[in-house]
Amino acid sequence: MGGVHRLGTRLKDEDVRGLRVGDVVYFSGELYTMRDMAHLRAVEILRDKGRLPFDLRGKVIYHCGPLVRGRKVISAGPTTSMRMERTEPEIIHLSGLRGIVGKGGMGRGTLEALRKFGVVYLEYPGGVGALAARSSKGVKKAYWRDLGDPEAVWVIAVEDFGPCFVTMDAHGETLRKECLSS
Amino acid sequence: MGPRNIVEALRVLETDLPRDVEERLQECLRRERGNSKEIMKAIIENVRYARERSIPMCQDTGTLVFFVRCAEEYGNIIDVIRKGIELATKEVPLRANTVNPFTRENEGRNLGRNNPIVYFEGDAGARDRVSVEIMAKGAGSENVSRVLALESALGVAGIKSCVLETVRKAGAKPCPPIIVGVGVGGTLEWSAYLAKRALLRPLNEKTKDPIVARLEEELLSEINELGIGPMGLGGRTTALGVKVEWAHCHTASLPVSVNIQCWALRRVSAEWDDGGFRILR
Repeated sequence: MGGVHRLGTRLKDEDVRGLRVGDVVYFSGELYTMRDMAHLRAVEILRDKGRLPFDLRGKVIYHCGPLVRGRKVISAGPTTSMRMERTEPEIIHLSGLRGIVGKGGMGRGTLEALRKFGVVYLEYPGGVGALAARSSKGVKKAYWRDLGDPEAVWVIAVEDFGPCFVTMDAHGETLRKECLSS
Repeated sequence: MGPRNIVEALRVLETDLPRDVEERLQECLRRERGNSKEIMKAIIENVRYARERSIPMCQDTGTLVFFVRCAEEYGNIIDVIRKGIELATKEVPLRANTVNPFTRENEGRNLGRNNPIVYFEGDAGARDRVSVEIMAKGAGSENVSRVLALESALGVAGIKSCVLETVRKAGAKPCPPIIVGVGVGGTLEWSAYLAKRALLRPLNEKTKDPIVARLEEELLSEINELGIGPMGLGGRTTALGVKVEWAHCHTASLPVSVNIQCWALRRVSAEWDDGGFRILR
């Protein structure tokens, strides 16, 4: 097992480059949930040189469709990251985000973008939605509610959110070589 | 039987993992090391926390699938289930998962065209008793499941390589450790149904049919040799169990379906009769 890091969710270049595959991170701050539909909408806006209603520069996104009622987060584990592979490299490039939390690993395009733009990919244990909600302190804001609850962008306050395992780092390393081919 | 009974069953379904599955997770924890062990610890802690607090263990509260056994097919049962799902979505609560496949519009009720998904099985001996088994199927594992029409000449070896290939390709995506349901024979869609129904069988139940029992055992050990491990980070436990259901099929056909299930195998059984409503665990 690698080192354990406690980090905020406004990541600087040195924070990201200081993480290596096998490291474990606990985040305190805000996570932006973004999954299938939010990726499609965001990439469309960014390609047209538009601005997202939320600034992702230095931020951490979470591949998650949380179960939310009002401002309360009830269950919020990760969703399969690989579905976002087709748009993630472009989103990394155009949005300036610095961290991605998901599950299951991502592909070659994302790995290359992580290295090029200094971004880290981490995994929270899949299905562990109740514990994830325990470390979240509620919804701060929501965007794109028209996409439906699972697909909207929820800004979730978190405290010691983890364990998040670094499985793809900003140095081009990955824990799962076989994932890249699929 | 009323909508409130459905809500009660759905609450248990989403918040209380069946004991046979939890036992397998415990066994798997003892076999793992490093980050894979940390993942197994988190999974088991999550199961207990969700049960204690009555919180859905996973935010993906799944597609609800009902298997109903009764003497007659009651349109009424579908209405009760529909009402129960609508109430449970608000009260358990369940995430609103159901969308129009073309427009992706979400009405927020977990219902829609040709929903809820209810399979009826006739049981003449049931008289006034209605039995229902419910599964909550997450998309991460459903998305990597497969339905195939094999050439009949490929035989048992063909079935095995089809299962192994499906699991290998699924990799980390379906939240391993997984449970693998296999449906063999029937027709294409019947094999898919059998594969899903196989997941209802308790993991600690011995299979009587010797051919099937051997197939299940061999598949389990070969799947675990793939080394995918908890959440795909490597390890000795890729699957907690393999269950095979089968039907006779056309002499020229060999339909095979593989239904991959995440560790959170959420299933619940309940029955209604003169004595009222009971959740069976």
